[in-house]
Parts: sequence; C-alpha cells; structure tokens
Amino acid sequence: MANLSVHIGPLRLATPVMTASGTFGYGLEYADFVDFRLLGGIIVKGTTLHPRQGNPYPRMAETPQGMLNCVGLQNPGVDHFASQTYPLIKDLPTNVIVNVSGNSPDDYAECARRIDALEGIPAIELNISCPNVKEGGMAFGTTCQGAASVVRAVRRAYGKTLIVKLSPNVTDIAGIARAVEAEGADAVSLINTLMGTSIDIERRRRRLSIGTGGLSGPCIKPVAVRMVWQAARAVQIPVIGLGGISSAEDAIEFLMAGATAVQIGTANFLNPAVSGEVARGIDAWLNAHGVADVHDIIGVAE
Amino acid sequence: MKHLLDLRVLRVEHLHPDYVLLVLTLPGQQLPDMQPGQFVEVRVDGSPSTFLRRPISINRATPDELWLLIHSIGDGTRRLATLQPGDTLNCLLPLGRGFTLPERQAAAPGEARHYLLIGGGVGTAPLLYLGERLKALGQHVTFILGGRTGGDVLQVEQFKEIGSVCITTNDGSLGEKGFVTQHSILQEGRFEQICTCGPKPMMQAVARWAHERNVPCEVSLENMMACGLGACLCCVEDTRHGHLCVCKDGPVFNTDELKW
Repeated sequence: MANLSVHIGPLRLATPVMTASGTFGYGLEYADFVDFRLLGGIIVKGTTLHPRQGNPYPRMAETPQGMLNCVGLQNPGVDHFASQTYPLIKDLPTNVIVNVSGNSPDDYAECARRIDALEGIPAIELNISCPNVKEGGMAFGTTCQGAASVVRAVRRAYGKTLIVKLSPNVTDIAGIARAVEAEGADAVSLINTLMGTSIDIERRRRRLSIGTGGLSGPCIKPVAVRMVWQAARAVQIPVIGLGGISSAEDAIEFLMAGATAVQIGTANFLNPAVSGEVARGIDAWLNAHGVADVHDIIGVAE
Repeated sequence: MKHLLDLRVLRVEHLHPDYVLLVLTLPGQQLPDMQPGQFVEVRVDGSPSTFLRRPISINRATPDELWLLIHSIGDGTRRLATLQPGDTLNCLLPLGRGFTLPERQAAAPGEARHYLLIGGGVGTAPLLYLGERLKALGQHVTFILGGRTGGDVLQVEQFKEIGSVCITTNDGSLGEKGFVTQHSILQEGRFEQICTCGPKPMMQAVARWAHERNVPCEVSLENMMACGLGACLCCVEDTRHGHLCVCKDGPVFNTDELKW
C-alpha cells in the first residue's frame, strides 16, 4: 500500500480524494455507499450567513458529458447548520469542511467566524466563484482585487485552514491565485463551474430558470487540468484540483498537473460510490507502477 | 438503506411501440423492500447523449422481481427499450418517499377505506404497485386510467385484478371520451383518499377536484433530477415549507403541502 496522505496547510488528509461542495450534500446522503475513511475530506454544501431559498426550478439541464445547474446556494444558513446539521456530521471519520459564501467581505467573515467556533470543522472553503447568484459569489472571484478583499476579511476572522475556491471564468487564473495566496490562503481549489446556457429549440427558450448556469462534468476536465497546471506553477500553497473527475486515472491526471489533492463533484450523481473507488484506484495505480508515495507523482507532468 | 445494484433483465415486454416493461431480478439474492411511489435511478449505458441516470417509478416489486415501465421519449429511454433478457441494468434504489399506506390491515369490511387512484399515460405505472399493496391491506381500490388513445392505456388486465377500472381517452378510442377528471365515476362514487400520477396539468386538475370535495390527495411529481439522493438540490418543488427535493422529500406529496 502506497502512502496516500497529503497536507493542505496544517490539515492532514488521509487520502488526496475529497468530495466537492454541492455534490455530496452533508455527507450523510452518501453514507450507504462510501466508507468515509477513504476520503481526505468532504466539503459540505455552500453555507451563508442567512438562509437562502436559491433559484426557482428548473435548475438543471443535461448536456453532452455534463450538466448545467443554477441551484443558487440554497441552504438553511450558518446558525441552522451549527445547531442542526453539525451535531450529526462532526464525528464522521474524515475531515468535514464547510464551503462558505456571502454577499460582502463582512458577510463571508461573519459566517467564517461562526464556523471557527465549531471544533469539529478543521477548515473552510471560501466560495468566491458561484456563477448562480446575483450578488457576491463569482463577482469577487473574477478580479484580483475582489478575491483579495474577501480573503483578507476572512483571514482576520478565521484561524484554521482556509481554502479558496476559484472561478474558471477569468482570463488570468495565475493572477487570481497569487492574489489569494498573498492574503494568507492556505490553499486554492479549482475549478468551480464554467458559465453556460442551453436552449430548448422547440420552446424557443433557455432551459434554466435564470437563463444561465454552471457547467460541470467530464466535459470540463481539460479546461480544469489546464487551469490547475497554471495555478500550481504560480503559487507555493497547495492546489486542490477538481472539474470532471470520475475515475482514479482522471484524479492522477490532476495530481500530475500539480494538484496536491482532488475533489469529486458531478460524478457522485452518476455513481454515489465513486469517491471511495477513486481513492482505492489511486492506491492501486501507485502500487502497479511501483510508486511508494503519492507525493512522487504530484506535479511531475512535463 | 439504499443500494447500488447490477440487476439482471429477466423479461422484456413491448406493451406498445412507445412503452416497454422491463422485469428485473437480483440473481441469487432477494431484492430490497420497496414501497409504492418510490423510484429507481437507472444508469443508461451505450447512449452518448445521456449523461445522468434516469428516474423510473416502481411498477411492481416482489423479493424476486422489479418491474419498470419505460416510456420511450428521449435517447436515454429509447436505449433502455432495447435491453434484452440477460442484460444488466445498474440501479440505485429504493429512492424517495412513497404514497401513504394505511398503518394496518382493515380488520373488517367496514374498516376499509375507498381509494381512488388516477393515472395518465406512463403515470399509471406506480399505481399498479400501490393498488396491489392497498388491496393486500384490505382496502377498496378504484382506478381511473387516462391516455391520449387506447394504445396509451397499459396493463388494464393487471389493474382489473386489483380493483374496478375506469378508462378515459382523449380521442374516445377506449373507455369514456375526455380527461380523467371528466369520468362519470367521479359523479357517482364516494372516495376517501385520492392518489395520482401523470402529466402535471392532469394532476393539478385532480388536485383541484379533490380539494373542492375535501378529499385528501397525494400526487407523485417527476421534476428533472440529478443525484436522486437529496444532495444536488436540482429537482426542488416550491412548497409551503420552502424548496423541497422531489427525489428525497417526495416524489409523493400531499397536495396541501404544494403551492398549486
């Protein structure tokens, strides 16, 4: 068995495989299918300071090898999370990480502060890249200044491991990654969904309730691998890669591009057991190739 | 508990050019317990344009057989209709919250309640299993089955084994001409519970009819979904309790909960 353990800042992951926010609920939804000990962590649904109803139905459109969604951060708010959900998931045998979103830097910081108080949550992932909300979200993630302002506010309020999730809807991913690193982020994760749309030609209208949505699934993988490659060469902090991973081979591609860990997202919808299978598959691949430590393949691609 | 299983196709019955019944089994094992109104998410292999699993209602379930009635309307469901005996179908099951069943069997005929089950098109599929279970619990069951034409009204002989069957078709080629809500039985019969599944406008008309007469009504929704487990929040219905997931909180809802 190869060493699969990696570190994201001070946080130790048992394996480099995590599950992506918004695709794995609060973990419990997948308890029948995944041995959580195989995972480096689960990143639970995007959480905001106040409850949000999200966007109207329809929120999803199927695409070739992918899907568009415009869920819009539906969640019961951080206080409900802390009082109702946290007690159910704090003792899961993996790192439980909360994805945090907001309308303003102060909003993000206050939400982060309330999660900082939860002993069983060792890290947060800042979502500055949601394409489906009017205010905040991606608006912060598409400029270096916007990204820096949120990270600066949260870094003052939050002492544990801070991951910042980046948007692919930018021209210079390396610049954004550097701006986030300079404000004290412990890691960056990328990519969030790519903005897209889909038209029902019989009804002559766009399929999603708000017109546009975020594209995910295997169709975005080449874009994601390219951006992980660029980000990993721009910053010293660890990069967490995601976007279209559905097999161990996909995950290894991201690791070789420079990712220290990966997240499985949309693939959970097709195969609820996939995250554990990817972790086992990475181990099998390393063993088959005589690699003793996963670190020996991180960033090796020429 | 939910399961991810490779089921074997035991039989394939082409009931109509657009509808196929798949009878599945779990070789060497018993199938998990499934409730009427719950559903299965099936993986569609060999259809490049089909990315997500397809939610299919449970037409009938025993420890040895799972019946799925497929309406071929897109690439994915057309691909499912080409399955052959011996093929494998990967299924995520059982999912969702089904119809409310009586807590116990009617001990005397006087205790039995009269259920009216109304289905349109492939929406009749879950009502067969529901009717079968209600009958086993000693309840009275009447069906109204609706279709555009007679060919769209399926499994009539099986429904007749469970209860009395009324039929409506839009073109009058079978049963009474018109919509399910226009059937004459609605003027005559007295019903204590209505359960319906079919096109949304039909279910909304049924719900209105039930509401006007103060009869409790449960509907089975089929919003587009991805995960089937309540994780992605794509299939939400706007209810009096906010956005609820059809896949997890439904697919069956009491119409009092809905903003219809």
